[in-house]
Amino acid sequence: MSDSKPQKSSLWADSWKQLRKNHAAIAGLVILIALITASAIAPWLTPYSYEEQNLALGASKPSIEHWLGTDTLGRDLFTRLLYGGRTSFMVGICATVVSLLIGVPYGAISGYTGGRVDSVMMRIVDILYTMPFTILVIILMVVFGRNILLMFGAIGAIQWLVMARIIRGQVLALRKQAFIESAIAIGASRRRIIFKHIIPNVLGIIIVYTTLTIPHVMLMETFLSFLGLGIQPPMSSWGLLIKDGAAVMETYPWLLISPAIVFSVTLFSMNFLGDGLRDALDPRFSKERS
Amino acid sequence: MLKFILRRLLELIPVLLISITIVFFMVRLAPGGPFTAEKSFSAEAIARLNEHYGLDKPILAQYGNYLLNLLKGDLGPSFQYPSRSVNDIIKETFPVSLELGALAMLFALFVGLLAGIVASLKPNSIQDHVPMGLAMTGICMPSFVLGPLLILIFGLWLGWFNASGWELPSDRVLPVITLGAAYAAYISRLTRGSMLEVLPSDYIRTARAKGLSEANVIYMHTLKNALLPVVSYLGPATAGILTGSFVVETIFNIPGMGRMFVLAAFNRDYTLILGLVVFFALLVVVFNAVVDILLGLLNPKLRMHS
Repeated sequence: MSDSKPQKSSLWADSWKQLRKNHAAIAGLVILIALITASAIAPWLTPYSYEEQNLALGASKPSIEHWLGTDTLGRDLFTRLLYGGRTSFMVGICATVVSLLIGVPYGAISGYTGGRVDSVMMRIVDILYTMPFTILVIILMVVFGRNILLMFGAIGAIQWLVMARIIRGQVLALRKQAFIESAIAIGASRRRIIFKHIIPNVLGIIIVYTTLTIPHVMLMETFLSFLGLGIQPPMSSWGLLIKDGAAVMETYPWLLISPAIVFSVTLFSMNFLGDGLRDALDPRFSKERS
Repeated sequence: MLKFILRRLLELIPVLLISITIVFFMVRLAPGGPFTAEKSFSAEAIARLNEHYGLDKPILAQYGNYLLNLLKGDLGPSFQYPSRSVNDIIKETFPVSLELGALAMLFALFVGLLAGIVASLKPNSIQDHVPMGLAMTGICMPSFVLGPLLILIFGLWLGWFNASGWELPSDRVLPVITLGAAYAAYISRLTRGSMLEVLPSDYIRTARAKGLSEANVIYMHTLKNALLPVVSYLGPATAGILTGSFVVETIFNIPGMGRMFVLAAFNRDYTLILGLVVFFALLVVVFNAVVDILLGLLNPKLRMHS
């Protein structure tokens, strides 16, 4: 007997192997982990407070004390960038969780039940999809005050539509597969089928679209904050920093450049990671198609 | 086909009605009336104003009234600019936004299709990597990052264009690029993807075997089918360009409808917000329907299924 162990090759191990070969996706993953960690431990990384003003200092160029300079109110830009990251990532993750909580069960029920229920449920999604939601979110923010929790909810409530459609398509395809039919044949309960057989099989897709939804949501948050309708000062957000930087770019260009770079790099990383994960976890999409 | 178009047009009614209803009640149920901020008004004057604008009636009556006026094409007065109606404001600002949006869409289509086709002809070569790398940059550079950077570089440092305004023809360049870049990027990725899918099919090989010129094969045969995903993207793209105009018009100080909407949002000019949203919703929803119908015309399979 040889001592070679049987190769354990689950979907996850395979996918990880494939993802590791994708340098852009791995670079994205590393940058994201670094940025998220830095934002999370912001209070320990910087001696300054994000809201403490130092008007005597004013807008100063990058220096040893203030790595990225200070804004017109004398606040340390590096600190404000870190705290802005906290806001942006938090909005991104929370709103995406909201979209998952609505979209996944909705799509799964619709796809699994099929028939009339399915067509009615999808018709509703189709109709909602054509509504101008960004505008509705703006109004929501204007009318009910610029509340961060409201923003999570509102953005998540838009994004669930896409999630529901994708999950429904997956579940619909899975339902006709032999292993689900045999599970039904041996009398497995509906609950068991959904949780033991369906959900684990759509997990990959859920992960892929979660990583693709987060940048959308962050974009929306920065968009709103840029217009002055999202996060309000003295809180910090990348959209807010870009807006403030753009207002004074002629005299203090560094106040625009570093937030713009950090935000773009984040979006880059997320898109590369999302594309890489899609290639690794979703066999229907090959690199050529994206 | 006629049935398909009719059905699609009928569907517009509930979508529009739901949008209008949500916005109407959100705006009316907001804490604080439109005149509460005006400290200079006496209670009496506010009561008179409320009566003048019909705000003293029950909310359902107001809603009914609003819908009736809407059917007549009347979007009501603006609270902030008492001498002008919402209709006047739209008449003034819409042509500007339309020009900006249409130019941005043309830019996105032209650049996107060209880059996508070029990339698809030699996949995984430099000819592919350069446009696709640029496309990724376009997607990751939202308008509110790209716009200020373009102004900084081409407006302030190089001095090629005005930093803001909408008078000269050259004032169009930076805003159009800012607004269209992300869509050009997305369209190029879509085009490349579907070109690569269509290129290996049998009928393309047949076309080549018939001895047709390469240009004929690509533009007359492949592109026609590869265009479907791009056409279906036009609906969401229009909606995106519309909301993108809020940012771009604000950045470049363009007197269009998007900037008007942002100003109205800041001033809490509820009737103007409501009027503009109804108009925006109408644009988005109608354009979506037009795109769907166009798709139905292009692709008979879609008609059969729906």
